[in-house]
Parts: sequence; structure tokens; C-alpha cells
Amino acid sequence: MVSININGVDKSYGQVKAVQQASFEVPGNCLFGLIGPDGAGKTTLFRMITTLLIPDQGNISVFGFDTVRDYRKIRLFTGYMPGRFSLYPDLTVGENISFYATIFGTTVKKNYHLIKPVYSLLEPFRDRLASNLSGGMKQKLALCCALIHNPKLLVLDEPTTGVDAVSRKEFWETLHQLKDSGMTILVSTPYMDEAARCDRIALMQAGRIMDQDTPGEILSKFRVPLFEIRANDRLGTLEILRSIPEIKRAYLFGQYIHIATDSERHGAEWLKTQLSNRGIANVKITPVVADFEDCFIDAVENYTTHRT
Amino acid sequence: MNQRKTIISVNNLVKKFGGFVANDNLTFDVHEGEIFGFLGANGAGKTTAIRILCGLSYPTSGKILVSGFDVYTQREEIKRNIGYMSQKFSLYEDLNIRENIRFYGGIYGMSSSAIRRKTDELIEELDLSDIAGTLIRDIPLGWRQKVAFSVAVFHEPKIVFLDEPTGGVDPLTRRQFWEHIYRAAARGITVFITTHYMDEAEYCERVSIMAEGRIEALDSPENLKNNYGVKTMDEVFLKIARK
Amino acid sequence: MKEFLGFVKKEFIHIFRDSRTLVVLFGLPVAQILIFGFVIQNEIQDVRIAIHDKSKDPVTFDITNKLLSSGFFRLEKYLTSEKETETIFKTGRVREVIVFDDDFAETLKREGTAGIQLLADASDPNSARMIVSYTQAIIATYLKELNRDHQLPLIIEPRVRMMYNADLKSAFMFVPGTMALVLTLVSAMMTCITIVREKETGTMEALLVSPLRPVQIIAGKVTPYILLSCINAVVILILGYFIFQLPIRGSLLLLFGETILFISLALSLGIMISTMSKTQVVAMFFSAFVLLLPTLLLSGFIFPIENMPKVLQWLCYAMPPKYFITILRSVMLKGTGIAEVWRETLVLTGMLVFFISVSAVRFKVRLQ
Repeated sequence: MVSININGVDKSYGQVKAVQQASFEVPGNCLFGLIGPDGAGKTTLFRMITTLLIPDQGNISVFGFDTVRDYRKIRLFTGYMPGRFSLYPDLTVGENISFYATIFGTTVKKNYHLIKPVYSLLEPFRDRLASNLSGGMKQKLALCCALIHNPKLLVLDEPTTGVDAVSRKEFWETLHQLKDSGMTILVSTPYMDEAARCDRIALMQAGRIMDQDTPGEILSKFRVPLFEIRANDRLGTLEILRSIPEIKRAYLFGQYIHIATDSERHGAEWLKTQLSNRGIANVKITPVVADFEDCFIDAVENYTTHRT
Repeated sequence: MNQRKTIISVNNLVKKFGGFVANDNLTFDVHEGEIFGFLGANGAGKTTAIRILCGLSYPTSGKILVSGFDVYTQREEIKRNIGYMSQKFSLYEDLNIRENIRFYGGIYGMSSSAIRRKTDELIEELDLSDIAGTLIRDIPLGWRQKVAFSVAVFHEPKIVFLDEPTGGVDPLTRRQFWEHIYRAAARGITVFITTHYMDEAEYCERVSIMAEGRIEALDSPENLKNNYGVKTMDEVFLKIARK
Repeated sequence: MKEFLGFVKKEFIHIFRDSRTLVVLFGLPVAQILIFGFVIQNEIQDVRIAIHDKSKDPVTFDITNKLLSSGFFRLEKYLTSEKETETIFKTGRVREVIVFDDDFAETLKREGTAGIQLLADASDPNSARMIVSYTQAIIATYLKELNRDHQLPLIIEPRVRMMYNADLKSAFMFVPGTMALVLTLVSAMMTCITIVREKETGTMEALLVSPLRPVQIIAGKVTPYILLSCINAVVILILGYFIFQLPIRGSLLLLFGETILFISLALSLGIMISTMSKTQVVAMFFSAFVLLLPTLLLSGFIFPIENMPKVLQWLCYAMPPKYFITILRSVMLKGTGIAEVWRETLVLTGMLVFFISVSAVRFKVRLQ
């Protein structure tokens, strides 16, 4: 079953092309991650999915309903958490939740079981104003507010931005629990490492969807060999490495330099020779596993070369 | 390494807001030319400490020297010797790149010929000559942050404070950004940085991790990982901050 | 309905939790009334007058003495001809000229009534009004003393002439004016700002995605302000009535009807402005320039419209508060009914329909 179908969608604001030719499908009961930096077009795309914006071109259907024609139906079963947590700072935790419950025609009591895992953490602060909550707490409260009407689809726009690693981890655990209860969850994030926590991901940059697959597939698509070396004169070594044409990328990574070569043929042995030819001897070359950041950079490069 | 000069020295720093203790007896040193990671969960007290180190607020007690100057009595001297950049405020959106750089040069009292010369150098170095006249609001976030960093170190401060400088920046630009940081550090500028990206913690020479107002751990990433018997800084962080 | 009540409740929480809003809502009306009441109607003291006594008899001397010994007036000059009156006003040396008719005492004795002319410089209408009424009061007191010894009451008929602003348009103007000002502020500005604030905090996005219809969102936001505006209107009337003895001669029902009409109009204006602004700052500016300044300057509240250049007069006719103030004045001071103010009411209704339509078209179910 497909829950969301995005079909050739374009959206511009004046001269700025926010989303271009975006097409992908989100399966039902899936935790789907839209991965990309700020300004990639994630928010615009999410606003179109949640019926807040109309695409210039193409169409989007959510559980079979068209986002333009049937927007009222979609709004009934969609929970949306905008990028800036949409909370009323001058209302308390309890008041915020009750308010969102009433506007969806329900009560906190009726759907308490839905928000219980998250809300139980917030309950000690029931009477605290939302403005006095920490980032992690605000995020949890906003999630409760988006969940209170038992939505089929949950759309979360950068819920983990600016939130510390601990809260982020807890948040992802909660999302998995929600997914297990049958929800479809669409979440966007600029943190590449969070891709691993999704069932499926789409990589987005400059308004375009560059790739989409399961996280495992995305990682396994990364075929170029990746190595790590430790050097004393890091900046000098970096210059040298960059002058070698077969080396695709070299960048500093803490005390190390990470190096990606252009093909399997140029492996550790080849690298060792190249380095000693240039007077860098006795370096330890260790192969490293690509992470999502490497994949993302690769996807951007592939996408651009394929198009030009 | 141990012979390096201390540039920030914090002894028993305490900051209270009413009954709430935001910084509970912090003691640590930062070495000259070091990249020092200042980590902690939201609300652990990082921002409070940074504000004190930048001379923006007074500590409740403790002896703190920044670049040799006392945070109680020599705040003006401190401000002249530091650079600051945060994710939220860095550049004026309705000025173009060149104007922003010049403006900051002017703030630090550089002569106009020096400003002009350094501005050109900087734009050249950042490879932004083509768009030097473009308004900041019209350029991508990643570039903006690169410009912002260059502006923060434009007056060659002794220390630069970076408060979550790379949030939301695309991976490639983030790596370039870090290269600028390394280059600045190689020139002898001390870099004091906070971040939510745990892989960036690995980029630092030494990392401190705060929880509930206290520094729970301070060491190089490698030692921290070994001490806690884990493979990544992410795990170190979770172990400490979740206690 | 439950959704709506929940919404209204939330709005009230916003209002009551923000001390600044509370000050604007309740402190402002009282402050305005008192400021305009006491500051504009400043005390009369040592007002320079001139007297043209054509009769020069004991009675006129007596009255002159009473006036000058009251402490309110100081004699600048005795005039000897009608022509002098005009010139002395022009020089601005006096604020009032008192002219006793020929054979004043004689006429009073013979016919029981005598005439006195009070000419006031009404270019500052509020004080002119005050000066004249002080003069009249002193003459009336004198007459009372005189009448104790007479069976038939004697009458002195003051013929008041306001120079330069014949109708004395601003008398009691400040209460209707303040009412228009406060209602505009509370209804339009506050509504506008509270709607825009939701855009700023990002909560508007969440509201739009909810099943609420735009009409429900607007109604929920606006209802508390309608209630508060009504309370304000009543407070202002009560203050005016008890502190400044402002009469309410016409029908209260009509007065409230017109007030609610104006409140609705102000609200619809506020909603319209909110659809045009993205941030609270912009909304503030907009409100200040579109609502506040015109209400103060172009409604006849402070400056009489008749004295304005033609272009500005036309502009005044586009200002809703102008009509509201006219209606209030007629109903409160003159006691007129709907028969006399139906034209103004119609104009206001027309404006209301216009602004609501514009807002409805502009307030989208989606983001712009």
C-alpha cells in the first residue's frame, strides 16, 4: 500500500525554485526520512503534502486524496509539526495540549493512550509555560500536540534540529513506537546520521530529490574506496593529496585525513605508493566505512554529473 | 603538547540564577591554538558559560582569565581579543558580502586601507569574487556560515567562539567549513566550539562534556572513547549526558 | 461549537496572561479619557478679555467687577467701538470680548431683560467654550443675587458668538473621539496583532492544517475582542457621564447598536491588515499609520475638518471614525434618533461589508 504519492512536483517562489521535479512514493506504515541541508526544499515539500501550499506543477496524493481538491479530508487525518515547534509560549504545557485537542474535536482524556509515552515525561511540568521549556521538552510537547487527534499520517519538519543528541535519540525511539502502532511517519532532518534510523530515505538538495531507497541500499551504493590516514602536517599533506587526480576527495577529519579515490583499482596499496612517491612515508592507511554524509556528497556529485 | 600556553583559564566558575545553579564549579583550561569542543545537552549550561567567557555576563564567583584578561574587570580587552559567531546571529541579511566584511572590520577599529586590502584578500580566499556584491539573504546557508566565520576571525582575534556554527549546513560545505577552522587554528587562533553533531566532536583536539551545570568529562576524543569503552563520540555523549 | 469555545478560551488566556495587553485593553481607555478630559480642558485662569461697555451704568459696572474679581479674567482693554473688537481679536491679545448693549440697566429694569454679547476666539474651541461658560456662570450668579429682591425674575440674555469656529465643533468632542480611538486600537490593532503573532510563532501553520475552517479561526480570535471592546465602550461612557457630566440624550439602544457596528468595522479592518502583514512589527506600523494617525488627525477628533484643505477633507470622508464620531455626537449630545444618522450608519455598514469581503478573499486556507 502506498500512503503518499508525489508526482513531478514543482514549486517556485518568484525566481527561487524551491522544489523541482520531485517524485517519490512513501509506503504505508513506514518511517520515511527526507534528508537534506537547510534550504534544500524540505519544508516546501512538506507544506505541499500537508495541503498548506499548492504545487505549481505535478500532484500529490495522500492516502488516495488529492492535496488540492480533497484538502479538507487530508487535514482530518494528518498530524503536522512545523519546523518551528508550533506551540503557544504563553500557554502552559497542559493548556497547549488541551487547545490542540479541542480544535480537532477531541479531548486529552479520550486519546491519552496515544500520547502517554511522551506525555508522561512532560506531566511533571504540566503547569509550566511552554516558553520556559528546554529544546528537548518543547519538541516532545509539539509532538504530543500533533498526535492528540490520532492521525494516520504524521509529518514532522526537522523535529530534531537544535536538540541535543540525547533528546534526539529518545525522540527517534518514540517515532519507532508510533510507527509500530500503525502510523505512517514522514520526517525531515539535516542530520545525515539520522538517516540510519529511517525505514526509507530520500536525499534532497537544491530542490531536487537526488536518490531514494532504504538506508542500507543507499550505503551499499557507495562503491568508491575510502581510507583514513594520520599525518603530522595535516594541511600540507592535504594539499599534496588534492594534487593527485585519482583522488576524488580528501578532507580533514579530526587528527585524520579521509580520502576517497575514484575506483576500486586505486586501493590501499596504490595509495601507499602514491604517498611515498611524494615523500610521505610511514603512514598507516586504514579503510573506513562510508557514512551517510559520504553518500550524500556522492549523490550530489552523481546527480550533477548525470544531468550535465 | 603539555607545554602549550594556556589561553583560557577557568577556576571554580559558578553562575547562579536565583536558586538555580547554571554553572556548578567549572574548572578547565584551553590551550593556545587548540580546537576545543564544548558539548552538552540542551540546558546543561553551555550558553551561560560562553556568555561569561565572552565578557557578556558576570560569573557569580570563580577566577576566569580569557587571553590573560579578567572577566570581572577587563571585559573591553576581552572583547577586543575574541571573535564570536553563532548559528542565529552572524551577518546582516540586507548587506552584501563585501559590506558585511567591511562593517565588522570597522567595528574593530581597523584602518580603512587595511579593511579594503583584507576584504579583497578574504573574498579571494573564500572564492566568492563573483558574488561579493550579492546580499547575504540571497546566498545559501553554507556559504553564509563560511563568510560569517571569516568575519569572526577577520580582526585576527586570539580566540574565536563558535556556537553551533554548522547547524543545517550541507555536508560538503560543512567539511569546507571545518577546513577553515583548521586553517585558523594552524594560524594560532584558539577555537572554542559548541555543536550538536557528534562527529564534529571527533574533529576537536579536546572535548568537554557538560551535564547539569558540571563538566563530566574532558579529554581528547580518542581517550574519551577508550575510557568509556565505546566506538563513537555519540556513545560517549549518551553515556555521560543520560546519567 | 466546542472547538469554538476552546479557541475563545485560549484567546482569553493570551490576553489575561500578558500584562502589557491588559494595560492597553483596560488602562488605556481610562487614561485617554482622563488625559483628554483634564489636560485639554485645562483650568481657566487670568484669561485676557476686553470689554465694550456701551451703557456704562451701575449694573454693567457690577457685572464687570464680578468678572474681574473672579480670578478667571483679566481686563486687557476697554473698547470704544465695534471696529476695535475685530482688530483686537486679530492681534490675539484677548480671548473674549464682552459687549453690553445700550442702556443696559435701563432696559433690564423696564423690560426685565437685557442683552449682552459674548464673543470668543474659538480657534481653540475647547477653551473658548470654557471661557464662555465661565462668563455665563458669573453673570448667572450675579443675576440670582439681583433676583432675590424682585418678584419678577430679571433675565440677561447672553448672545454668544464664537469667532472663527462658529459651531464650536469640538465641545464634548473628546469623549466620542476617545471612544472611537480606543475602539479602533483595541478592536483593530489588537486583533491584527494577535493574528499576526500566530503567523510569527508558527502556530498559524498548525491551525491551518487542522480541520478548522478559516471562518472559525477568525471568529475564535475576534470574539474575545468584541466582548472587551463592548466593556471598554461602556467604561468610557460611564467615565464621561460621571466625571465630565457628558449628557446621553439619545437612545441607549441606538448608541450600543452603532457602537457594535463600529467595533465590527474596526475588527474587519484589523483582520484585513493582518492578512497583509507577516510580522508583528509590520502589523504595528500598518495599524499605526492606517488606523491610529487617521483616527487622531483626520476624524475631526482634534482638528476640525472644516478648517482643513480640500484634499484632506476628502480623505476625512474615507475615515470610518469620522462617521462614528458624528453619530456619537448626535446621539449623545443632541439626542437625535436613527432618522438623523441613517446616512452615516449606512456609510459605516457599507465599509464593513467592503472590509469583510476583502478579508475573506485575502485570508486563505493555505499559506501564501
